[in-house]
Amino acid sequence: MDERQITLQIDHHFVTVPEGTTILEAARKIGIDIPTLCHIDLKGTCIKNNPASCRICVVEVEGRRNLAPACATSCTEGMVVRTSTLRVMNARKIVAELILSDHPNECLTCPKAGNCELQNLALRFNIREMPFNGGELSPRKREVTASIVRNMDKCIFCRRCESVCNEVQTVGALGAIRRGFNTTIAPAFDKMMSDSECTYCGQCVAVCPVGALTERDHTNRLVEDLADPDKVVIVQTAPAVRAAIGEEFGLPPGTLVTGKMVAALRELGFDYVFDTDFAADLTIMEEGAEMLSRLTRYLEGDTSVRLPILTSCCPAWVNFFEHQFPDLLDIPSTARSPQQMFGSIAKTWWAEKMGIPRERLVVVSIMPCLAKKYECDREEFKTNGNPDVDYSISTRELARLIKRANISFSLLPDMDFDQPLGASTGAGVIFGTTGGVMEAALRTVYELYTGKFLKDVNFQAVRGMKGVRRAVLDLGGFELKVGIAHGLGNARHLLEDIRHGRNEYHAIEIMACPGGCIGGGGQPLHHGNSDVLYARANALYREDAGKTLRKSHDNPFIQTLYKEYLGKPLSERAEHLLHTHYFNRSM
Amino acid sequence: MKVTTIGDLDTVRKQAARKLFLREQSNSSVDGQCSGLESGAEKMQVLICGGTGCKASSSHLIAERITESLKEKGIADKVDVVTTGCFGFCEKGPVVKIIPDNTFYTQVTPDDAEEIVSEHIIGGRRVARLLYVDPKTGQSVSDSKHMDFYRKQMRVALRNCGFIDPENIEEYIARDGYFALATSILKHSPEEVIEEVKRSGLRGRGGGGFPTGVKWGFARKSVSDMKYVVCNADEGDPGAFMDRSIMEGDPHSIVEAMAICGYSIGAPKGLVYIRAEYPLAIHRLKTAIAQAREYGLLGGNILGSGFSFDIEIRYGAGAFVCGEETALIHSMEGKRGEPTMKPPFPAESGYLGKPTNVNNVETFANIPVILTRGADWFASIGTEKSKGTKVFALAGKINNVGLIEVPMGTTLREVIYEIGGGIKGGKKFKAVQTGGPSGGCLTEKHLDIPIDFDNLLAEGSMMGSGGMIVMDEDDCMVSVARFYLDFTVEESCGKCTPCRIGNKRLLETLNKITEGRGTLEDLKTLSTLGKVIKDTALCGLGQTSPNPVLSTLNHFYDEYLEHVRDHRCRAKQCKALLTYFIDPSLCIGCHLCAKNCPADAIIGDVRKPHIINPAKCIKCGMCMARCKFKAISVK
Repeated sequence: MDERQITLQIDHHFVTVPEGTTILEAARKIGIDIPTLCHIDLKGTCIKNNPASCRICVVEVEGRRNLAPACATSCTEGMVVRTSTLRVMNARKIVAELILSDHPNECLTCPKAGNCELQNLALRFNIREMPFNGGELSPRKREVTASIVRNMDKCIFCRRCESVCNEVQTVGALGAIRRGFNTTIAPAFDKMMSDSECTYCGQCVAVCPVGALTERDHTNRLVEDLADPDKVVIVQTAPAVRAAIGEEFGLPPGTLVTGKMVAALRELGFDYVFDTDFAADLTIMEEGAEMLSRLTRYLEGDTSVRLPILTSCCPAWVNFFEHQFPDLLDIPSTARSPQQMFGSIAKTWWAEKMGIPRERLVVVSIMPCLAKKYECDREEFKTNGNPDVDYSISTRELARLIKRANISFSLLPDMDFDQPLGASTGAGVIFGTTGGVMEAALRTVYELYTGKFLKDVNFQAVRGMKGVRRAVLDLGGFELKVGIAHGLGNARHLLEDIRHGRNEYHAIEIMACPGGCIGGGGQPLHHGNSDVLYARANALYREDAGKTLRKSHDNPFIQTLYKEYLGKPLSERAEHLLHTHYFNRSM
Repeated sequence: MKVTTIGDLDTVRKQAARKLFLREQSNSSVDGQCSGLESGAEKMQVLICGGTGCKASSSHLIAERITESLKEKGIADKVDVVTTGCFGFCEKGPVVKIIPDNTFYTQVTPDDAEEIVSEHIIGGRRVARLLYVDPKTGQSVSDSKHMDFYRKQMRVALRNCGFIDPENIEEYIARDGYFALATSILKHSPEEVIEEVKRSGLRGRGGGGFPTGVKWGFARKSVSDMKYVVCNADEGDPGAFMDRSIMEGDPHSIVEAMAICGYSIGAPKGLVYIRAEYPLAIHRLKTAIAQAREYGLLGGNILGSGFSFDIEIRYGAGAFVCGEETALIHSMEGKRGEPTMKPPFPAESGYLGKPTNVNNVETFANIPVILTRGADWFASIGTEKSKGTKVFALAGKINNVGLIEVPMGTTLREVIYEIGGGIKGGKKFKAVQTGGPSGGCLTEKHLDIPIDFDNLLAEGSMMGSGGMIVMDEDDCMVSVARFYLDFTVEESCGKCTPCRIGNKRLLETLNKITEGRGTLEDLKTLSTLGKVIKDTALCGLGQTSPNPVLSTLNHFYDEYLEHVRDHRCRAKQCKALLTYFIDPSLCIGCHLCAKNCPADAIIGDVRKPHIINPAKCIKCGMCMARCKFKAISVK
């Protein structure tokens, strides 16, 4: 399609852009950085918030009576824009001062300090005293859930969380309530988030520009445990963490820092540093076996088999279908998530081998995810009240802890994971990006189903950032149709289709966060730049490509685990330790 | 009965016209003449105002009592009792009009019914005590034609209010109703209709003043499988009731205009967004819609033209911001009532994402008459850029509170002093607020400005939907600004920063000033902050909300200065700035004030002058009200 081009003038520079481009985009194209606050647009993903409500990005447009928000005003032919007149700078400063006047002066103790977009604006606009002193603060709630801390008196009403929760994730847990000065973002009827349909995906936290929505921090608890001589503290690290944590130490997005991360964790005092990727390989063994079993029965004409089989490694996704699709609880795989499989195996097979009593063993996970914190807390993953995974720390928290412990991250040597729970194949690594679980499953299912060797393990069709992707794999005469969705909104479409009997798939991978775990709610903040997500995904594919073993069933330690302890996939013990069941939690 | 051709419609008109003939004729009745059944009148009519205001003063009971009395006397067949819409003269309501002699009774109570029937209707003698007395001459005026309140008015949008029975479609048809629709859909192309509306120069009466024909043109041009016509009946300005009165008094004009608009832009569906606080208007609209359907003037294939149109009513919960068209559309969609950026305009993407044309009630009320009488006629009324008439709700410190309609270009002086009868209690005029909370204050020096969209805007106020609140010397302008801002702060949706927080800070500053804690710096803050809010707010509400503050600052800066510098409120409205004191030379020591003081702030021995302890005084004014010797005053 031919796009009409438009030429306009911004601060005396001529710029030509396609029709429909906003002033903000046009200005950025020529290097004029108009400040924004509420606006966010992760190009290439579905994350977008453009209410034009903060009014920070206002500019002067010749012939217009009032100032125009650059983020939501389309360029027109011959338009003359000024982005830095006195009128504009004064208006922006006063608008920022207004926001600050309804914001608690708590930067010193705010978890977002240094990473806060409002703080940056205050600096940029040279605001040197708290304006409108003595002005009333709007009355708002605070809440601490298992995953997310809500401190709504810091909310600046940018609506990013609302857009993400409603439009991207279609969860609808957060929305604007009340009006005027008392407006706040909350679950309907100002209920607590823990009483809402919140999935704890943490995407609201990932986009919050200020300290209103943050992760529940467990680093203090971790420091205490590490310092306790009676405890054996072991750690598992999710695949997406290694592709992102470097950003917190000034490395470019997509830098793989697996070895340095392992070294840092040792430095912090963990007794053993393991890899969730090991459990990811284990997940493929169990989920793959389940998939094969359902498929075989289906092909044999068993009409009681429900298809498609859905992946179940994403805890936010599990929360989502328990809330929203309780009629489809028998469709997802019963396999626990890699985090929980790891905890379960660590506190049984490994602990028994090591002779460590359960109550002395602390299993910590490092996750790109906030829903994992909630998952640790689920009753079904506890034995006599003792959780399989004691708690989960997000990528951001780990980075803070490393800084707090004066560890010079970039100077650390590359180190290897401990064994046996640190061994993994490339299949386990790509779990961290959308499409990765499906690709890992295909590699194993193909060989197990056909009995043939799979030469090319790269399934390009399932990769990428398209919201819903599909692929067909020839399993020696049988065409296996698989789908991939990331973002709960995309998942909802597929689930609605299934609910109404319009399903074309045998298996579907679903990740709650756009981009999969690399875009998780616990990752370093992307600040609206989607290139960061692409870079992280590519890093994981690079690590996979560099591995000698790239199929989960080839993992020698997985083979040992089955030989020594579990028998075979879906054995009674495997069912007991590695599988779960779901609850109807519709509201 | 179903009307299937324009000929059918004409038959209905002719039949109903007989009934209305008497009313129309009585408008040109001979002055002073009074008729009754005994003095030769064959047929008489009693018109009783059934608007919300008069109904609240039991006008429906008046109708009942008159009907009963007529029955008792066996003359019910000779006299028609008609409940009409608002006559406009709400100050003197309930209003009862007797046809054929056009006698205009004011402030009638149900107990007057019997006398009206026996004296006037039977005896042909006017009930003198119920006639309007001109305050200037002290003379009774029996016919509204000779009242100053009506003399300068020109009723176009209100043409049927107070004249026809709003619940009777035939009376509306008798007034050429639905002929504009019939002619449009049978004889003109949509483009021709839009052109006619454009030529009339009609501008949106909701506040913005955007040319209606141009707006229709945009919606016409949008290509879509579905389009909507929306009537914005979310009237929310404090003190405004123009739209309500039109819907209560002439609902068919809205129904007809919406159908015409639907034909013009290509929309088969109309929606009226009306606040649930308007039960009577809702009832009358529903009745009108049902009647129009019954007559085949709404529904499928209207008059065999192939054009189909129907109307649904949507209720609003009374949020002021839902008068803003994008917010209104969101509210109708079941979403949070808050505005979004324009473009896209509703004409491109409105209700459910479809092209939508939103017009206000009064705008629609003008459409049928523009089409029947012609664009040239309409364009001959008013000023160069503002054509036609405008309805205003006149309120505040004015003698004749009510609903008026004047040609554009009428001056404020004519409205306030001639139609409005001047300031209550002979006090001095101070200012008039036009445009409600979005408008500004105009003063003495603006009294001779011809009222139109652009003149008001140029003076820092605006037409708005037509609220007009008059203030006298007892009004404190800082408090007035505070009152309006209080309203906007309450009604802000909270979406954009300037409106959500900015207006709150403005209000806090005004509170400081009225509480005597203001500083000169605060006056600067009001001005700079107010201007930035105007410059940066997202929607019309926010962009105009500082107007009351900025215009009072502009015209009454002295008064602000007195508040902050001298801690004085000349209108004696700001309690914190007042001091009550007892003049010892007048106080006889009766102790009555002390007994009534709720704060025990007054001390003194009996028969000796008392004093007020300012530290305890809560400035309730009770002492001053009780003192029989005028010994207590306030400064």
